[in-house]
Amino acid sequence: MTTHLATERSGRRRGRSARNPAGRAGYVFVSGYVLLLLAFGVLPTCYAVWLALSNSRNQLVGLGNFTRTFADYRFGPAFLHIGLYLVVWLASLMILVVLLSLMLHGRMRRASTTLRFLFYLPGALAGVASVLLFLILLDPAASPVGWLLKGFGWNTLAQVNAPGHLPVLFTVIAFWTGAGGWIVVMYGALNSIPDEILEAARIDGASTLQVALRIQIPMITKWIAYMLILAFAAGTQLFVEPQLVSLASWGMIPDSWSPNQLSYQYAFQAGDFNGAAALSVDLLILGLACAALVVFRTGMFDRD
Amino acid sequence: MNDDVPVSSRRRLRRTAVAVLGAVSLLVLAACGSADPTPTATSSPAAFKPVAQQQGSEITVWADAARVPGVQAYQKAHPNVKIKIVTYSGDANGANDLQTKVQLFDRTGSGWPDVAFSANVNDASWASQGKTPYAAPVNQGVISPSTLKGFADGALNPCTFNGNTYCLRNDLAQNVLWYNKALMDKFGYSVPTTWEEYQALGEKVAEEHPGYLVGTAGDAWSPEVYFWASQCPASTATGAKKVKVDLRDAKCTRMAKLLDTLIAKGSVSKDTVFSAGFIKNQASKVLMLPGPSWFGQVLFNSTFKTPKGQIAAASPPKFEGDAKNYTGNVGGGLWFVSSHSKNLKASADLVTWMTTSDAYQGTAGTYPASKKAAVTWLANQKKTGYFAEDVGPVFKESAELIWPGWAATQYSQEAIYSSTVVPALNSGKTLTDTLDTWQTAITDKAKSLGYTVD
Repeated sequence: MTTHLATERSGRRRGRSARNPAGRAGYVFVSGYVLLLLAFGVLPTCYAVWLALSNSRNQLVGLGNFTRTFADYRFGPAFLHIGLYLVVWLASLMILVVLLSLMLHGRMRRASTTLRFLFYLPGALAGVASVLLFLILLDPAASPVGWLLKGFGWNTLAQVNAPGHLPVLFTVIAFWTGAGGWIVVMYGALNSIPDEILEAARIDGASTLQVALRIQIPMITKWIAYMLILAFAAGTQLFVEPQLVSLASWGMIPDSWSPNQLSYQYAFQAGDFNGAAALSVDLLILGLACAALVVFRTGMFDRD
Repeated sequence: MNDDVPVSSRRRLRRTAVAVLGAVSLLVLAACGSADPTPTATSSPAAFKPVAQQQGSEITVWADAARVPGVQAYQKAHPNVKIKIVTYSGDANGANDLQTKVQLFDRTGSGWPDVAFSANVNDASWASQGKTPYAAPVNQGVISPSTLKGFADGALNPCTFNGNTYCLRNDLAQNVLWYNKALMDKFGYSVPTTWEEYQALGEKVAEEHPGYLVGTAGDAWSPEVYFWASQCPASTATGAKKVKVDLRDAKCTRMAKLLDTLIAKGSVSKDTVFSAGFIKNQASKVLMLPGPSWFGQVLFNSTFKTPKGQIAAASPPKFEGDAKNYTGNVGGGLWFVSSHSKNLKASADLVTWMTTSDAYQGTAGTYPASKKAAVTWLANQKKTGYFAEDVGPVFKESAELIWPGWAATQYSQEAIYSSTVVPALNSGKTLTDTLDTWQTAITDKAKSLGYTVD
């Protein structure tokens, strides 16, 4: 009986391969990504989790590193900073990206190719280079928009970099460097909506706003959710912006402004890799929790 | 509902989540060790044991762009020595590259540069610590005692821990009182010799010549310039990994009050001398500026482009109640020989040449820590004709006046001042208001790095 079943299964497998030779090629194509994912994603994550649960003598310490880093005087401020930044960054990203994409897709179709290219351009630059560009823009004495900064009453770099301004400043930098790519993605998502549906809505008398609110946005919700997950994960891991702005402003931003910077301080100033790993795992858990919440709330994996 | 992940899959997902939680709980229960941070072992006082030496092997040298021409000059003069030069930040402007990379090399067990330059005078505090400190104790047969004796008094203090010397000083950054002689003569002012006279002149300048400056308090190194000179115990070593931090000491508050007065009057700026705004709008209005010896060529000549024959240096002022004048120190690079080097002889020879040779140090950009090279360097400075008066006597005097009460620590006073005090000053608070916050910031940072704070 067992032999018969095995032969049957094997026959089925052979048959499928013969009918669909591309099936094996699919595995080959995916294998490269899977190997890289294992080498640079899964294994480092497992190592970080191990480090977070152990000490420098390789003994298991349970949640000791988590409670120790939680009690650190820099933990609360770093997560508060990043929380404030996320509120400003995610709200502006969601609203402006969707709004700009709808405008490009609707009223501005003729100019949309050029505009999409222009929006995407800053994102095509390396992230660090874009931040460096902002370092000049933020100094009222050197910036071509110095008049605008002075209009706000900021005459020196120190006034621009005041602690209360940082979440908004980093949002502006992140928006400039990252939103263009998302506008291109959202535009693609809007293109996937059949024209017949939009036409039918217009024939029924729906206004542009109604089409956007009742048809377009609900139909690209999964893409918006996808953007939210990735933007949240990237936002919690903010590092380059505060680090470079701090260097350029002669250290006016604390070296542990964001949790990732704090993790860097743990690893490379105190030589405490276990504490650093615990902070990284905190961020991983936050990112996963956000992803799980969004996936289940929006039905992201549901098939239309 | 047309669901791609049906109910059975969700159940599976829940089961997986429960399994993960269970595994984590087991790990927590299985915990058997303490979650203390990595112990910061201090270097062993025992004799230094070099790794197996390979005579003639290639040495790797890490240096910043300013020091690379010197290493190349050594290479040219010593064609038999195999050198691989790596240009890196030199840990300037708050960068932490050397420590970052050494921490990683310590974990992988290879990759340490044989020789490294650092512009951060605090770097020896970590390089001399750990199970196997990165820096070799050069006084234990690596560098000759006669070479070590040739450095200015106190120059090797930031390199000395537990009786061993872990680096050689490239240059000194002793503070002096810089002033614009042409402007001082024009306004009819004489150079102050005490901080009380300095304050009085600052107030006078604010009234008679508004816009002109006698100092800045928005620079990262303001603590080293003003508070170190005032003998403020912001970071006084009281033992191995023990510091005293007391910004409420009268020697701190007197300087805070002095600066607050002049900031309020407008003759001390809240900006930093290297900001684009300062260079554009205020550089030509600097009447006096307490600061390091490297300000002469680096700041006034190269950055401010102050014309030749205007700038001069005076002795650091003293407080009237003090017996003598003291000053601080802003930087002064360090050369390390790695304890992991397989060619200590070549590494030590290069470091000795870089720090003491007249050929290189005599023409370097900053005041050499080697006494012999400093003589040549000062003679060359005189030849440039840039300064209004010979700065040699003042530089030599102030090199010996650095208050020994400030310790080289693993944390940077500059970074703490920048992120704590400068934003407070710019929001309208006074230095005196900020002393408690500043004290807490230093204490917290020191404790986080394993220091005991008195």
